[in-house]
Amino acid sequence: MDGLGALLSDYTVRTVMLGCALLGFTAGALGVFALLRRQSLLGDAISHAALPGVAIAFLLSGSRDPLVLVLGALASGWLGTLLVSAITRSTRLREDSALGIVLSVFFGIGLVVLVIVNRLPSAGKAGLSTFLFGNASTMLTRDVWTICLLGLACLICLALFWKEFKLISFDPQFAASTGLPERMLDTTLTTLIVLAIVIGLQAVGVVLMSALVVAPAAAARQFSDKLLNVVLLGGLFGAMSGIGGAMLSASMEKLPTGPVIVVIASVLTLLAILLAPHRGLLPDWFRHVASRRRIETQRILQALYRLVESDPDPFRPHDPNALQAVGLKAARSTLAVMVDLGWVEYSGERGWIRLTEAGWQEARRSIGGEAAT
Amino acid sequence: MDGVTPAIRVEDITVAYRENPVLWDVDLEVPPGVLMAIVGPNGAGKTTLLKSILGLVRPAAGRVFIKGEPLSRQRRLIGYVPQRSSVDWDFPTTALDVVMMGRYSELGWFRRPGKRERELAMQALERVGMTDFANRQISQLSGGQQQRVFLARALVQDSEIYFLDEPFAGVDVTTEKAIVGILKELRERGRTLLVVHHDLSTLAEYFDWVLLLNVRAIAAGPVATTATPEMLAMTYGGRSAYLMKQEGGDG
Repeated sequence: MDGLGALLSDYTVRTVMLGCALLGFTAGALGVFALLRRQSLLGDAISHAALPGVAIAFLLSGSRDPLVLVLGALASGWLGTLLVSAITRSTRLREDSALGIVLSVFFGIGLVVLVIVNRLPSAGKAGLSTFLFGNASTMLTRDVWTICLLGLACLICLALFWKEFKLISFDPQFAASTGLPERMLDTTLTTLIVLAIVIGLQAVGVVLMSALVVAPAAAARQFSDKLLNVVLLGGLFGAMSGIGGAMLSASMEKLPTGPVIVVIASVLTLLAILLAPHRGLLPDWFRHVASRRRIETQRILQALYRLVESDPDPFRPHDPNALQAVGLKAARSTLAVMVDLGWVEYSGERGWIRLTEAGWQEARRSIGGEAAT
Repeated sequence: MDGVTPAIRVEDITVAYRENPVLWDVDLEVPPGVLMAIVGPNGAGKTTLLKSILGLVRPAAGRVFIKGEPLSRQRRLIGYVPQRSSVDWDFPTTALDVVMMGRYSELGWFRRPGKRERELAMQALERVGMTDFANRQISQLSGGQQQRVFLARALVQDSEIYFLDEPFAGVDVTTEKAIVGILKELRERGRTLLVVHHDLSTLAEYFDWVLLLNVRAIAAGPVATTATPEMLAMTYGGRSAYLMKQEGGDG
């Protein structure tokens, strides 16, 4: 823990972590909208499409000023988005093909320009290759300030147009029918998503950035049915991944930040998909098993009751196999549950079972309840 | 209410997807205060007509007037119930929240729905018999309940003219009767309603006016005099004849 304390007291590390937390929060929060609007794949295309923008912006300006690079990334990310919708509208290709084409073509161009940049003798070129897989430790104070400025701007915009964004994400047709400028709001929201991606490129890299948009959002969706909570939780998961990734990669040499951030986000998502109380797979499976067991115990109880209904002694023991006569097979585990409930008990050494007083009452109620409905 | 200006007036609406006409030169006048059905076979353009009147589909030609004015100036008079299947019901929100969306445009930019919107939404939910489900996540509602929520959202819009797209699709009988009751009540209060419908057996029972549509407007007027067996045969049998003449192919 001493190493961690030292790490946290380092000003540079603190700055980098602040940046990673905020870009993670922005990506996670806006990612929820990308997820709900089925734009997750678009995020991947946008981040790849931003690479040539970064490289060309550097080539033209000769500076590593974060604002210039972000503007370049924003421009080419946007151009990619426009191309996707142009291809979908004017050709017979579907959106997934359009996304695939834009993603690979832009990424290819980006790599070519990157190689050209790396051959140049100018200074600062070393920083550009980190845009592939991301390296948070290359972030300077001015990079972090740019992230903070743009990230906060995104979040403020999201808060201002909250109800409109919610409506166009849920029911764009209804939104348009009320006279809301649906197209403009749609464009604005997409721009915010592009911005959230672009500000994370240096730390996370174009290859993996879209995971930071999708994974925290998907995890958050597992935990709440209220949009505000999902968005806040998405932001929180994103920030956690960002901080965790920055810390881990800072503590180990040559460990790129992007993959670590994405691994953390993925683990969070996996846990959420498995364990979330209402939507998780495991709780769901347990509920399913429990309800099957409940139905099975009721059926066995009723069958036992019918066996002894005409008997002068309703608590006479029976061979469990006798249940097969009425078409039921009593699994040992189900019988064990019934014993635990105090409805039946084992009697004698032959493994025969008999109803208890409580079981008798329960069976009567169960049959009576069925007759009533 | 002046009896002369129609609530909705459609002039020469034509809509085409690529080369195929979906609506061809449709004229329509809906008098105020009627409960009007749009009926016609599948692919007749019923939903497209509704969406072009609402400005959601851009027609190749034609104009729409709401109470004598262009739509853009009359948005506030309009209430809309889209097809239930047009949205993702797994969206993280509650029934009450969806109903409050009907007040968003009235609220204007930057203002949050508050106590008043909540009250109006609760009243609307009560009218459709959904008070107990106000805080239910919308995916936990049955089809009929989802349709009632959509209707409640239109009710809080407190409009003069309502557009409903297949409000009875996939709902139970109880819900269907409840919805019809509300539609008739709205008509009694002088509202105009245009409803995409596809069950001819309930046409006369539910509606007083009808548009028979099959790409072209076949006939429009009071149900009793318009939905005659000959006209219905023309509407439903006419499509294949029309298509064979025009393009000899599929729908």
